[in-house]
Parts: sequence; structure tokens; C-alpha cells
Amino acid sequence: MTSGITKYLFAGFGGQGVLFIGKVMAQAAMLAKRQVTWIPAYGPEMRGGTANCSVIISNKRIGSPTVGKPDIALVMNEASYQKFIASVVPGGTLYVNSSIVPDLPGRDDIQVVRVPVNDIAHEIGEAKVANIVMLGVIQALTPTLEDEILIKALVELAGKKPELADLNSRAFKAGIEYARKHV
Amino acid sequence: MAMLMKGNEAIAEAAIQAGCRLFYGYPITPSTEIPEYMSKKMKSSGGTYLQAESEVAAINMVYGAGAVGERVMTGTSSPGFSLMQEGLSYLFAAEIPCVIVDVMRSGPGLGGLGPTQADYFQLTKGGGHGDYHGIVLAPASVQEMVDLTKEAFDIADYYRNLVIVAVDGILGQMMEPVEFPPYQGRKLSPKTWAASGAEGRPKNNVISYYLTPDLGESENLRWGQKISLMKESEQRFSEYLMDDAEFAFVAFGTSARITETAVDMLREEGIKVGLFRPVTLWPFPEKGLSARLPQIKGLMSVELSSGQMVEDVKLIVNGQAPVGLCKRQGGMTPEPEEVVDAFKKQLLGRGQG
Repeated sequence: MTSGITKYLFAGFGGQGVLFIGKVMAQAAMLAKRQVTWIPAYGPEMRGGTANCSVIISNKRIGSPTVGKPDIALVMNEASYQKFIASVVPGGTLYVNSSIVPDLPGRDDIQVVRVPVNDIAHEIGEAKVANIVMLGVIQALTPTLEDEILIKALVELAGKKPELADLNSRAFKAGIEYARKHV
Repeated sequence: MAMLMKGNEAIAEAAIQAGCRLFYGYPITPSTEIPEYMSKKMKSSGGTYLQAESEVAAINMVYGAGAVGERVMTGTSSPGFSLMQEGLSYLFAAEIPCVIVDVMRSGPGLGGLGPTQADYFQLTKGGGHGDYHGIVLAPASVQEMVDLTKEAFDIADYYRNLVIVAVDGILGQMMEPVEFPPYQGRKLSPKTWAASGAEGRPKNNVISYYLTPDLGESENLRWGQKISLMKESEQRFSEYLMDDAEFAFVAFGTSARITETAVDMLREEGIKVGLFRPVTLWPFPEKGLSARLPQIKGLMSVELSSGQMVEDVKLIVNGQAPVGLCKRQGGMTPEPEEVVDAFKKQLLGRGQG
């Protein structure tokens, strides 16, 4: 997070919505008039089941759009944990979906935040919003943008589905609340 | 209003806005969003999207559509681009304007999907047979993909020449905010040469072959004049912190973006470096680079290939300064730190730290 630039990595398996929350961050950053890039992993691994995307949000023009060492990384499954824990920049934060990622050896030089987002999503009544819950957790603990901007981005990306916008907003707020109470 | 768009989609939308109403292609990663977008939007724009049976067929459909004077495009990725080379040579000889997008993937062979620039020789030296050149535009952001794609159609019509938009997989797949401002195009002559129906006028032939050597030579000389004109008039580049630079990086596309960050890192250490970014790969912006040489103590080409553009850089530098190379291949990109290290080792004569 040096000089107004934040680099994110969102990883999990296909269907966990990691590309989507990257898009939400990117859309929100654009609405906030920040510079932003979003790159999906587009190699053959997508067909095999894992997915990830990287997002850079910056106050100034973005040179390199690639993210080798994220400031903030999110891993929604165990394979992504193994693959990316070493890449997080020292002093950075790794968010872990503890509903399905076991308590594995971590690192002393980064913050590891374990949140059972599948369980929280289940309580909301919709298992598929675990990704949005995690987005709320990230927003509560390591915010780059305003809460309202992210909610606006969620609503915009829901398109013509107000019930989806509502569900996602609730999941986002549940993530924020959980983080403030328990982390 | 700005919107987030993938580079490939932005190219397709820009083409439609530029009046392209015919798209022929065969899907191949990492360019597939181009035909995908065209298949969704072309019909409602009053045009035709057609998935060809192969890249060879696609480029010849482009030939036909361009010959009747329509704005036409195809998009592909390196192995498909290889299959199109014969067609490009014919398109040049028949002087058919068209736009071809190559979203490069690594080779040789089938190659991986990762970002690469290893088609540089094929793009700039004439990948097909005979003496010809396409104008090659190399955007480095999604916005530039929009702007240059729109302009590509004008350039193609202006010279009656093929124009290639060349990007790597990162640019094709990346989303950035883009805008589509109204475009003021070039003043273009009507296409009186097109085989667009001869009612009320003498017929037009749009052909590429002249079997007698004397005619073959005179046509080649005429095409040579056009190549010289394009070379003189269409060189483009962009510079970053070059005004007081003592060292210059030369890079295009994604490697230019990575290098820009490396320039910032070196500047923080007080080393006066800048970036010279070719926007046209052909014609290579030799006038712009030559103009910088008196102030430059050394250059480094940064490429996603074994080092192809560096040959053109060396031709222009012509021994006046050392020319280094920082490269990754096969779909890998260097971190900015790697570029910094390569610069220090090769041009400052010292290792890291």
C-alpha cells in the first residue's frame, strides 16, 4: 500500500465468485475516480476449476498492471491458500475462508484473517454470497474506498435485478458487522 | 461516461463505432472475446458476424468484403495469425483496406496463453511472402485500444493498406475504465476503386497478380513508394520522463507498462531514466528515437520474446550507445524489480543493491 496504490489478489475455485468481487472493487474504484486495472487469470487452469483475478487501485496512473506481490489477498479455498500465501507482501493481509480452508501453517510477517464466510452466508440464507460477505470483511478491516461506493458498485453490477442488489448489500453489511465484532 | 471493459471487448466496440459492419473470424484464446462481442452486437448494429471454418477462410472473407469497399475486421491469436499470412500478402498486393487484430499468445507451436510479444518479427517484417508491410499499432492500455482501433480503419482506407492492431493477452483480458468520445476521422476519398457493382461505370478489378515481370516490377515499385510514404508519415511513439533522461528503456504494450513502473523505481534512486514507447511497431518510430540519442548513455529493450525489437533498436542506435535486453518468454512477464536489476547489471555495470 505504498504511495496510494493498493494491489489485490482474489483467488478460489470456479463458482466462488472471486472474479466478481474483483469486478466490484474495480467498478467502485472507477466510481470513486481512482485509477484501476482488473486482470483475470485466463490460462487453461480456469477450465480445471481454480480462478483468480488481480486488481490495482491507485491515486496515480498505473504502470505495471500485473500483481506479483499483493498487499491484500483473499483465498477462498485450500489450493489457493497453498499457492498464494508466499506471495503476499510483508505487512500485507491474507483473508482466508475458514469454512473450508483448514488451519494451516501461516506467516509471522503478514496478518492472516480467518473468517467462516460460507457459514455466515448460510445464515443469511444464500450460500453463494460468501464472496460478498468476504468483501465486507475486507472493507471493514482494510478499506481502500468508502462503504457507500462499494454498495453502489454492487447495485450497478446487479443490473436489472433489484433482489440481487439487495441480497448482495445485505451480505456485504453482514461481512462488515462480523469483522467488527469478531476479528 | 467511463465504463469498465475488457480490452478485447473494447476493440470490438470501437470497430463497430468506426463503421465496421463485417466481422469474420475463428475463435482462439486469448482473443475470443472479440468474436464473442461481435456475435452479440454486429447484428443489432446492422452488420454481419460470421464464424469462418478456419483462419484461412476468415482472412479470405476479409479480402472479399474489403474488395467491395466495406469496413471489415478479423481478430485472432498467434497460431491463427500465422494461418492468415498468405492472405495478408494478397490483401497488400490487391491494396484492400482492412483491420486485423492479433492478441498474441506464446509460441513457437501451439504455445501457451500467457502474455507475449513474440510475433514482433512476423508483424513488422512481413509474415507472408513478397515485399510488403502492414501498419502495426501497439496500444498499451484499454483506452488506447479503443482510440487506435477506431483510427486503424481510417489509416487502412487512407492508404488502401492492411492495418494490424497487436496486443498481448494481458491487454486483451484486462479491464480498465474506458470512454468512447466522438471520433473526428480523417478526410477520406470515396472508394472509386472498389468492386462494388459496375452499373453506370467501367468495371473495377481488385486483384493481386501480374504475371509479366515488367508489370510485376512496376507494381512493386509503386507499392514501394506507398511503403515509403507510410514509413515517413505514420511513425508514432509515446514518451515517459524522457526529457532529462540519460538512459532510455524501449518497450511497447504490456512490457511498456511494466517498464514504466521500473522507471519510477529507478527515478526514486535518482537515476535519470525514461521510457520510449513505440506506438507503431511498423513503421518503427526511428525519427523519435534518433532524436533522443544525443542525450542517451545507454538503452534497454524490454520484451516478452527472445529479443526481437532489440534488433530494430540496435539498427537505429548504430553503435552510438550500448543496448541491453531484458526479456521473459513463453507467457511470463517480468516484475518491475527484474527490469530494474537487468538495467543495473547491463547498463550501470553493477548488480542488485
